[in-house]
Amino acid sequence: MTEINKKSLRGAFGETLLEIAEEVPDLIVLGGDLTKSTKVDAFAERYPERFFNAGIAEQNMIGVAAGLAASGKISLAASFAVFITSRANEQVRAAVALPNLNVKLVGTHAGLSASQDGSSHQSVEDMALMRALPNMTVLAPASAHETKLATRAMVEHKGPVYMRLPRHEVTDVVELSGKKEFVIGQGDQLLTGDDVTIVACGTMTAEAIAVAKMLAAKNVKADVLNMATIKPLDEKLLIESAQKTGKVVTIEDHTIIGGLGGAVAEALSRNQPTPLKSFGINDEFGESGRTEDLYNARGLTADKLTPEILKFINK
Amino acid sequence: MTEEERQKIEDLAKEARAEILKMICRADSGHPGGSLSIVDVLAVLYGLKLRHRPAEPKWPERDRFVLSKGHAAPALYATLALTGYFDRKLLETLRELDSSLQGHPDMNKTPGLDFSTGSLGQGLSVGCGMALAAQIDDQKHQTYVFVGDGELQEGQNWEALMFANQHKLSNLTLIVDDNGMQLEGPTENITDLGDIGEKLTNFGWNVLEIDGHNLEQIEEAIESAQSSREPTAVVANTVKGKGISFIETANEYHGKPLSERELLKSLKELKK
Repeated sequence: MTEINKKSLRGAFGETLLEIAEEVPDLIVLGGDLTKSTKVDAFAERYPERFFNAGIAEQNMIGVAAGLAASGKISLAASFAVFITSRANEQVRAAVALPNLNVKLVGTHAGLSASQDGSSHQSVEDMALMRALPNMTVLAPASAHETKLATRAMVEHKGPVYMRLPRHEVTDVVELSGKKEFVIGQGDQLLTGDDVTIVACGTMTAEAIAVAKMLAAKNVKADVLNMATIKPLDEKLLIESAQKTGKVVTIEDHTIIGGLGGAVAEALSRNQPTPLKSFGINDEFGESGRTEDLYNARGLTADKLTPEILKFINK
Repeated sequence: MTEEERQKIEDLAKEARAEILKMICRADSGHPGGSLSIVDVLAVLYGLKLRHRPAEPKWPERDRFVLSKGHAAPALYATLALTGYFDRKLLETLRELDSSLQGHPDMNKTPGLDFSTGSLGQGLSVGCGMALAAQIDDQKHQTYVFVGDGELQEGQNWEALMFANQHKLSNLTLIVDDNGMQLEGPTENITDLGDIGEKLTNFGWNVLEIDGHNLEQIEEAIESAQSSREPTAVVANTVKGKGISFIETANEYHGKPLSERELLKSLKELKK
């Protein structure tokens, strides 16, 4: 994968909060003793009257966010993905999703990107947990540029949204694509080809582009779809591509159960049964390691993915 | 309260008790015991102390009320109907398909509900959020959260207690329905809460302990809460099943509906 143009998605999220703060006076931000890690610290410093540190108490933080939203605020709670979606899962269900409140949940250090902290901090299942909740929208932007657009779209959207972000910096393939607007529920076609459809989200979209380049060297042309909205999934884009290529691959930094791979499998099997290969985390927890080592060990690098995809499409 | 007000609140409470028993019997499902124990506090709040407009349930300046012990919904539904939020006939639809009166409160279905509850232990956090919103906007309304004592076994409450104290949410009042019982028996035999008032004091709250069936004491506590600089907790000593002798003495009525015969017997007792 090319090393140029790597940027922090968390940083982009924090910067965008500052940018929109004046336009959206009802925006109230909550942190859980992870203000710096989640990059809401700049907002907290600039708008102390609109930021509250709920401490190491995520369940209460979600309840407070719900109470703020029930009073007309747009509340945004930020923590590590694992704590916001797992630790406070039932609070998100009962106090946010069920009453369909205007609460934004941002989970950083998602997937294996929590890296050396190990499995306790690596949410390999956050998208599955959030996707199963009625009323919940689930976003996994692929780059800093897309995170900026997604943060705005999330705050403008009325209703509960969960957005996952990685810890590490990622090549900004979305900025290179010239994307100007984030429409929730719309995927992007980053590359066009007839031989295979590659659907990716989050950090794996950059990897998918790298894979497509390696495939092109073998004369295999890939449709690369960036699905930054996991729910509602852009089924139209997916099905049209599947009809064209007849073979679909998904790549995600998440368990292949219930996340992007799960969503794509469900949509295809219902609408356009197509051979599918899902790459991600295979029903196991993570472990400590450097991000690149972890991705390599789980086969989630272009070098490891490309031969597997070639095997799949050649049968 | 004046003698006239007192009579009005007593009548409201008595009528609410009758409606609770009727609706749970009709639905053949619901929680009579914990509904009956909160009736008097609800009557003082909705009949006398809350700033609210039943004809305008979303009035922005209204006091907020969160029934954290959502299984006591029949008591709140009866009180809301009797104070003009909706037609009393609606009470007949409790827990039925397509009813706006769900088994546990749903803010998007029932006029007058400020929040959806049912999963225990969450209401106080939500109340903190509401009180915080009022504080941010410099609004004068109060937020009241009603929890059951058994529900205090949920750890989230204690997170919320610390949060309210930290952020000086003096516009927040917690009322504990301290009836000493939970589904499977006395709280002290299951997970003893000890001295609730002392614990809440140690969490930095202004604590008032009252007889939760004494209308004057309830009124005084609500008034005194409004002038406190700390968040206030009213520990209301109550009797589960209050008002109906055979329910008061049998905890099986936590979540067991009344038979027709038991209903008639209860209504007769209420008329005394």
